Order: sequence, then C-alpha cells, then structure tokens
Amino acid sequence: MAEIIQGGGNEKGGKKRPKKGHVHMDMTPMVDLAFLLLTFFILATSLSKPKTLEIIYPKEVKDNDEKTKLADELATTLLIGEGEDHVFVYHGKFDPDTTVLQKTDFSKDGFRKVLLDKNRTINERVFELQTELNAKGLSKEDYEAQYKDAYGKIVNDDKAPFVIVKTIDKSKWRNVVNAMDELNICNVRKRAILDMDKQEQNSLEKRVDELGLKKASENSNE
Amino acid sequence: MPKPKMPKSAPSLDMTPMVDLGFLLVTFFILTAKFRPNEPVLVDTPSSTSELLLPEKIMLVTIDQDGRVFFDIHGKDVRKEMLKGMIERHPELKVSEDQTKRFSVMGMFGMDLANLSNYLNADESTRAKMDQLTKGIPTDSLKNELSDWIQEGYEAFMIDAQNKGMSVEDLRGDEGLRYAIKADGSTDYEKIEKVIDIFREKNIFQFNMVTTLEAGVDIAAESE
Repeated sequence: MAEIIQGGGNEKGGKKRPKKGHVHMDMTPMVDLAFLLLTFFILATSLSKPKTLEIIYPKEVKDNDEKTKLADELATTLLIGEGEDHVFVYHGKFDPDTTVLQKTDFSKDGFRKVLLDKNRTINERVFELQTELNAKGLSKEDYEAQYKDAYGKIVNDDKAPFVIVKTIDKSKWRNVVNAMDELNICNVRKRAILDMDKQEQNSLEKRVDELGLKKASENSNE
Repeated sequence: MPKPKMPKSAPSLDMTPMVDLGFLLVTFFILTAKFRPNEPVLVDTPSSTSELLLPEKIMLVTIDQDGRVFFDIHGKDVRKEMLKGMIERHPELKVSEDQTKRFSVMGMFGMDLANLSNYLNADESTRAKMDQLTKGIPTDSLKNELSDWIQEGYEAFMIDAQNKGMSVEDLRGDEGLRYAIKADGSTDYEKIEKVIDIFREKNIFQFNMVTTLEAGVDIAAESE
C-alpha cells in the first residue's frame, strides 16, 4: 500500500529537486590529534602540588637570661643520632649517670605513644574543643576562626609539655621532619630544635653499642 | 511479495558529542597546565601528614643528598631584577642581555658565580652535565654566595611587587614572599642547618619545608 502512495506522490510533484549531496569530511585525523593532545596534557600536568610542613625557627638568643626556662617535669627530649634508627627519648633533666635513653622510632607505637602519654590533658582539651565546636554546626570560616584562638590557648598552656629535638651534624633530615610531624600530630606546640651536648652524644653512642644497632658510618672517615 | 532489502552500509555512529567533549578537555588542560619546571637534581623529600599546599610566590632552596645547594625564585621579572642586583654586588660577574633573558626563564640553578656565565651560554645537554658536576651554590662564610642570592632575591621581589602596585600590607599576607626549603630525606641535618642559619641571619624565621603527603592520623581515634 505504502508503495503505491509513494509512487503517486512521485508522479504528482514533477519538480526535480537538486540532489543535496552531503559534504562529508573525514574527521578522524583531527580527532586523533585532539586525543593525542589530551593525553599529553593529562600526563604533563602535575595535579598534586607538593605539600609543605611549616617550621618556625626562633631568633638567635645570645643572652642567657632571655632563654626560656622550663620545668624539668615538662621536658621531653628526643635525641636523633647518626643512623636512620638511632632515635632515643628521655624525660626531664639529663644526668649522664642516671638517665636511661629509651629507644624509639616514628611508627605508631614509637615516639607518638610517648607524646600522647605526655600530652594527654592537652589532647583531651583539644578534642573537647573540637566536639564542642562541631556540635554548634558552624560554617567552615567561623569554625576555623573560633578554633584557631581556642586551640592556641590550649597548646600554649603553662602546663603543656615542652619537647626538645636534639640533633647532631649527621642526623638525617628525614628524622627531623618526622619528629616535627609527630609533634604536629600530637598537638605539641612548645618545641625547639637544638644541637646535642657532648654528654648526650656519648650517652647515645653507648646506648647504640648496648643495643647492638648498626652504625651508620662504619666506613666513614671519622 | 519480495522482502524489502535492507541497505547494506556500515553502521554510522555520531561522534560529534565525543569530539566535543574531547576538545573541551583539551582546552581545559591546555589552559590549566603548568609545566613542571626543569629540575637539575633529584630530591626525594621526606613525607609528612601536613596538608598545607606549597605557596605560589616562593624562594626555594633545594638541598640534595650530598648537601649541594640550588636556588630558585618565583617570577620572570623578579629573576631579571635579582640578576641585575647580583651584578652590581659582584662586578666580576659579566652577563649579557641575552644571558639575562635566558636566566629569567630558567628554573633552579646551582652554580657559583664564576661558572654562571658559562652555564647560561651552554645548551640543554651541557647544562645537564654541569648540573651533575657542580658543587652547588657556595654557602661557606668566606664566599657566601647563597646569602647574596637570598638578599638580592628578596630585594628584587620587593621592587617587582611595588612595580605591580602592591602595598606593604598586601605583602604581609598571602601575597608575600615565602621561603621554602626542599631537602632530600637522607641529607645530613648539618647542611640544612647551615642554610637555615643563613636565612636566620637575615631575620627570616619561618620556612615551608617541602614534603610529600602521607596519610593523616586521627589521634582521638587512636588513643581510645
């Protein structure tokens, strides 16, 4: 049936229309090129910008009176020795005869545990602050503004522990950064990086021998 | 009745949307692309849980595993200005117009002043070789070139900021120059301390240490 109608239609409209020839362009090369460029740019962009750890060093203090005095019971000292794993910690004041250097590392159960123990009250207060502010349902900006002030007050409390990181010339940078990072994680803001005393160095070397740790510079010139 | 014949032609697919999308992505990536600057040394930075991004406007001091020091500063105009200042300070440094231009678009460098001119004349491959052999920018107290670069870099940055119409208040915030130190994890701390001490002599105390990101920790969850 349809054929007939179609046929009739053809007969009636006698006008001949010019054939509309489709201009056909082969786009394949262009598309190829586009995707090539796409691949190139995807690979060439560095999507992850490097991260940074902010460290503020103190002014050089020449005058002894200006130096911070701190109570012994608040002090924790981390000694970073020559080798990658020569990391020791002691509490309070150093006494070459009685102080026992405790071997530690930067794993979950190492230095972090020591710090969390030492800094328990501060951490609890920080945690409380977080829950309190979270409960208020603030916007992000408000939260940050309120958090910053309160946080600063908590971590700079007079009773907050003070951590001293002591290094020698040959300490590895990785260990220093790790130590700083742990301090950040554990909310310890009172801190200092200092050079190790001779006595502490001796003590550390003795301890390294005792524990039979591998020395970093067996073949070094010293 | 004869069966209608199906036209025998290859099935055609309309690719227009795909191509559109393709070009959209190309455009996006071209516009957002920032090329990784050419780095003469490979530095394996330590990891930290800090999620702070490296600021844009930085003076970057790179220290490699052997303690060689490389210097870089953000901005073409700043670099030009810095080199000018350096020539004033060290008249023995002879640098042509052409070399200045090359210096301004170059990335990080670790040459002492005596070799800088040669370095700027060299082609890509020779430069790579020189980067391998160089001892880095001298930091010892007799010939403390790093200190001069830092000083000139800072001054050049300030001049450039003024030319761009920024006030002192602007520069105190995020727009100001930041100091970044990028060091290899196994670099001796002594080498880094030396660089930091040079900065401290210039009353710069705040640094951004470049690190790679490692997974963060929630101590509240951990201590329970």
